[in-house]
Amino acid sequence: MGILQRMSMIFRAKADRALDRAEDPRETLDYSYKKQLELLQKVRRGVADVATSRKRIEVQISQLSGQGTKLQDQAQRALSLGREDLAREALTRRSGLETQIIDLQTQHSALQGEEEKLTLAAQRLQAKVEAFRTRKETIKASYTAAEAQTRIGEAFTGISEEMSDVGMAVQRAEDKTAAMQARAGAIDELLASGALEDPTGIAKDDITAELDRLASTSDVELELSRMKQELTAGPAEPPRQIEGQAQPTGDPLATPQSQPQQDEGRP
Amino acid sequence: MIVRIMGEGQLEVDDSRMRELNSLDDALGGAMESGDDERFRRALMALLDAVRARGTPLADDVLVDSDLVLPYAEAHIDEVREMLSDEGLIPG
Repeated sequence: MGILQRMSMIFRAKADRALDRAEDPRETLDYSYKKQLELLQKVRRGVADVATSRKRIEVQISQLSGQGTKLQDQAQRALSLGREDLAREALTRRSGLETQIIDLQTQHSALQGEEEKLTLAAQRLQAKVEAFRTRKETIKASYTAAEAQTRIGEAFTGISEEMSDVGMAVQRAEDKTAAMQARAGAIDELLASGALEDPTGIAKDDITAELDRLASTSDVELELSRMKQELTAGPAEPPRQIEGQAQPTGDPLATPQSQPQQDEGRP
Repeated sequence: MIVRIMGEGQLEVDDSRMRELNSLDDALGGAMESGDDERFRRALMALLDAVRARGTPLADDVLVDSDLVLPYAEAHIDEVREMLSDEGLIPG
């Protein structure tokens, strides 16, 4: 016997066993209907859960993208300060983020697919539950207990297979969502701790710290050379002229045009 | 002939297509026995494609049990084995 037929027999055996357990077939109808409504609720909750996970991943993708942009800016700022090593570090971290973003995008589309499937499953189940309810009322109203039995069997096996299938689909969706939520939780923690910016976890965003340090060092140097100029040229001279005279000293940190560049990249 | 694709719903497939489906089903059985998930996956995809292409989806409000049931597309060979052996896996 083929696999497909064996599969269908397993579903049918489930339905038959449930039907056999019932003492009064008519009660089976009401009991099954109650179970159907419960399952319908469960599927709808499942759709909502998957949607929540999907949205959470969307937020994470945009947060990680923001980090990526920030690292790109830092790399540019570091390069303009002549620190290629820092720029390289920033770009390396950015490429690590890219990998994570791609991974999240894969998860996102998987969840989207799951959400669509479950939404359709909920629609199908709702239509079947409604059909079952109509049939249940007809059977209860128009047949004797004995006559009702066969008709109940027909209605019951039809819905039972659907319920088993949908029940398993919801379970699969829940398992997938739970696995992804665990990973999403880990990324949230990383984002919150700032460790994504600093793999060593020692300092928060060490690249920014280093860039700020570089900028303030050159501020100090600039101020010092300005003071030195004042001492040699005398206090009566206006600062504009002093800065102009600073250039021939050959100190690159004292050049006035480097100052605005350093300030631009600061957050 | 009513065919269910787990997780997707039921379709009606004309009886004239049974020979084709049976040979694809045999290939799936062979793949299951071999234990090779790759081969199982190819056989399952071929079956799913055939049923989706030849079948007409049943209306949502039709209550009827299926003659054949196909595992869901992402099913792993071990999951299908378990479904066939361990009846506890299917709720109801």
